[in-house]
Amino acid sequence: MLKIVKNIGLATMIILGSVSLAYASGGSSYELKKHDWPHAGPFGKFDKAALQRGLQVYKEVCSACHSLNMVAFRELTALGYNEAEVKAFAAEYEFLDGTDDEGEEKYRKGKPQDYFPAPFTSEAEARDSNNGALPPDFSLLGKSREHLSMFTPWNSIYSEDYIVGILTTYHEEAPHGFEISDGMHFNETFLGNKIAMAPPLSDELVEYADGTKATTEQMAQDVATFMYWAAEPKMEARKEMGFKVIIFMTILTIMLYFVNKSVWRKVKKGDDLV
Amino acid sequence: MGSSTYVPKSKAGKWFEERLPIMGLIHGTLGAGYNAPRNLNYWWNFGSLAGFMLVVQILTGIILVMHYTPHVDFAFRAVEHIMRDVNYGWLLRYTHSNGASMFFVVVYIHILRGMYFGSYKSPREVLWFLGLVIYLLMMATGFMGYVLPWGQMSFWGATVITNLFGAFNFYDGMGDSILHLLWGGFSVDNPTLQRFFSLHYLLPFVIVGVVILHIWALHLPGSNNPLGIDAKGPGDKIPFHPYYTAKDAFGLSFFIVIFALFIFYMPNIMGHPDNYIEANPMVTPSHIVPEWYYLPFYTILKAVPDKLFGVIAMFSSILIFFVLPWLDGSKVRSAKFRPATAFFFWLFIINAIFLGYLGTKLPSAIIINMGGGIDALTLGRIASVLYFAYFIVVVPLVSRMESTKPVPTSIAQSVLDARKEG
Amino acid sequence: MTTNDQIEHEEEVTRRNFLYVATGVVGAVGVVSAAWPLVDQMNPSADVLALASVEVDMSSIPEGQTVKVLWRGKPIFIRHRTAKEIARGVSEDNDPMKDPALDKDRAQKPEWLVMIGICTHLGCVPLDNTEFQSGEYGGWYCPCHGSEYDIAGRIRKGPAPRNLEIPKYEYLNDTTVKIG
Repeated sequence: MLKIVKNIGLATMIILGSVSLAYASGGSSYELKKHDWPHAGPFGKFDKAALQRGLQVYKEVCSACHSLNMVAFRELTALGYNEAEVKAFAAEYEFLDGTDDEGEEKYRKGKPQDYFPAPFTSEAEARDSNNGALPPDFSLLGKSREHLSMFTPWNSIYSEDYIVGILTTYHEEAPHGFEISDGMHFNETFLGNKIAMAPPLSDELVEYADGTKATTEQMAQDVATFMYWAAEPKMEARKEMGFKVIIFMTILTIMLYFVNKSVWRKVKKGDDLV
Repeated sequence: MGSSTYVPKSKAGKWFEERLPIMGLIHGTLGAGYNAPRNLNYWWNFGSLAGFMLVVQILTGIILVMHYTPHVDFAFRAVEHIMRDVNYGWLLRYTHSNGASMFFVVVYIHILRGMYFGSYKSPREVLWFLGLVIYLLMMATGFMGYVLPWGQMSFWGATVITNLFGAFNFYDGMGDSILHLLWGGFSVDNPTLQRFFSLHYLLPFVIVGVVILHIWALHLPGSNNPLGIDAKGPGDKIPFHPYYTAKDAFGLSFFIVIFALFIFYMPNIMGHPDNYIEANPMVTPSHIVPEWYYLPFYTILKAVPDKLFGVIAMFSSILIFFVLPWLDGSKVRSAKFRPATAFFFWLFIINAIFLGYLGTKLPSAIIINMGGGIDALTLGRIASVLYFAYFIVVVPLVSRMESTKPVPTSIAQSVLDARKEG
Repeated sequence: MTTNDQIEHEEEVTRRNFLYVATGVVGAVGVVSAAWPLVDQMNPSADVLALASVEVDMSSIPEGQTVKVLWRGKPIFIRHRTAKEIARGVSEDNDPMKDPALDKDRAQKPEWLVMIGICTHLGCVPLDNTEFQSGEYGGWYCPCHGSEYDIAGRIRKGPAPRNLEIPKYEYLNDTTVKIG
């Protein structure tokens, strides 16, 4: 019977493998470039310098149109900032704070417990400012653009690669014969290759605080790292705990294997029957 | 359930047992007081694993509720609050979401084990029914739970599945009336979310109740076993404790390692990435896929061109399991001694997995590309027919016509035979 | 059975018992470790802890006024005391009190009184009598059971057992305090 099980397992893997293969190859004829992310893999950790640069790109470029609703300033300590730095960062933002005695809107400085403010107050306003397109919130894009394949992991598409792809595969001119309307841009990675977002990055668009050369590719990778962190801020804690749990449970399993063997010692072979 | 052969050791234990014989009940159900066949293999571990998963889901579920808000304006954010702010919230939520998948994996193996070894056959038909009821309740619970994070897949999954009930349109407006009743409105919206939340909280406890009946019904005839013969003599059985408690503990520990791999290293692999986008009634995702455990049935639904008959076919594909005890006319239970039955059983599984695979595809997708090309819809129809053919044609005929291999006279005898052989 | 066999048998039993006990201990450790997240999730979450301290800029509070701010779900009274009030508080230092305290110990800077505005009797929020120095003691008056606090928040009359509580606070600069 084991043989049958093995065969079925194999068949399942082939089938499910082809699912993801079909998924990965479907849609566009362009290949998505894969990167070696330092935070990938079972022991992966975030590259804090990249996170800080990514935050800078988000703040100086992306945040003009994209919100980051789920992230609070206080969480930025995970990027390697200390509390005073986070406080100063938060204070660069202003928040509506009711009205003063004359009924005028009153503003206060941001505090660590505040969340990143959205660039637009409503979806309607956002669409109005962006040619009818809605710039998605950044908080979870790091997870919502991935396509994971359990049985053929090499076919998985990770959000980080996808984000870098979007940011770096614009064509100035759509390929010959490709109809594209005004206000739309040709992008290799985006589904259907038509994207409303104009190419947001260009070389030296930001000046990195740490002196890294701000190429488009560099900025794209940094902001993708930052977005993955924003979507899965507990990743490091999760992997660290997972390592401990699996080591512990493996030891317990081995012990229980011997306990079980010892309990069944006599009965297994039928010694009690003779 | 349990026998009352339990004798407490201490005086206090005796005093308590006279007033509430609960220790005796446990002793007779899962302790040394219950005698189980001595030859149960590792496939029999999945019952206790299912019980474990039910407990895990209820525990983590109750805790998640402490931080969740069932309202369309807050639900999505509440889940992110759990993931980001609550102490160990990410662990609890990933355990719960992956736990649902693991629960189904375990239960599917448990059901298929019952099918292979003939555990549904007389005198265990009611035990089989109760198991199927648990499975149906799990499907309902899982579906409603998936709606609670209020992501895109939550919303559109709820929309598609509830719309199935609109197929029962026997007089003009009846379908709509059913839908309005289900939704508490004119589309999936806040009232729907709130009732799903309420029922998602309730149904697991109903499952617990049916599980108790399931175990009760198990203990009357006793467990089936890989040989499928009745365990009669004392040499056929051994006490549940310590033998099967030790075996279950080992199996559970091993299972937790696998479970942990998912929770800690691929927590989102069984989910759908679109559910990390907040529900939006104005935008349907390009491709709606149910959770993997519903996929075979989803393909059967899509295979039928008529809405009502599609829904009926889909429900029938599950309900048909209820008549399996009568479709199978063999005197021998275990497929170990029924080579033809075993062969078709594995074909059935391959077909079911294929149905599941087709469930992820758009109907027009070309699956087999040989010159012309066969699309997913056509293949889905073939696989659906094969699915029903297994129950309606294969099982009744094969079970009555096949020549079975010789069955050992007793479990003890088979152990002694194996001993002689080495 | 020879003695040798017996010894071997006993050794085996000891080894087996050790295995059972060790496995039981490891299993118990596992259960307890798994239970901890289930308990710890009830502790204040990160967003709640982020609100555990508030910073108040007091520069806009004129002399003789009280401002209420919310801290950890409780009202905080911040009173900009006048020189007259401080003098009254100090002059009553030696009066009989249920919970004796010196005026200078009630505030880090005498002109700024920072207190939790919850009556120490049964948790009501006392009313402000400070504006016109009304009432017997010119401080706060609890409407629930008639406890009266003076201008330094000390209990002077009524059933409350203790003075109004002073939260932990520190001055970040001359006019900004961080409470908590």
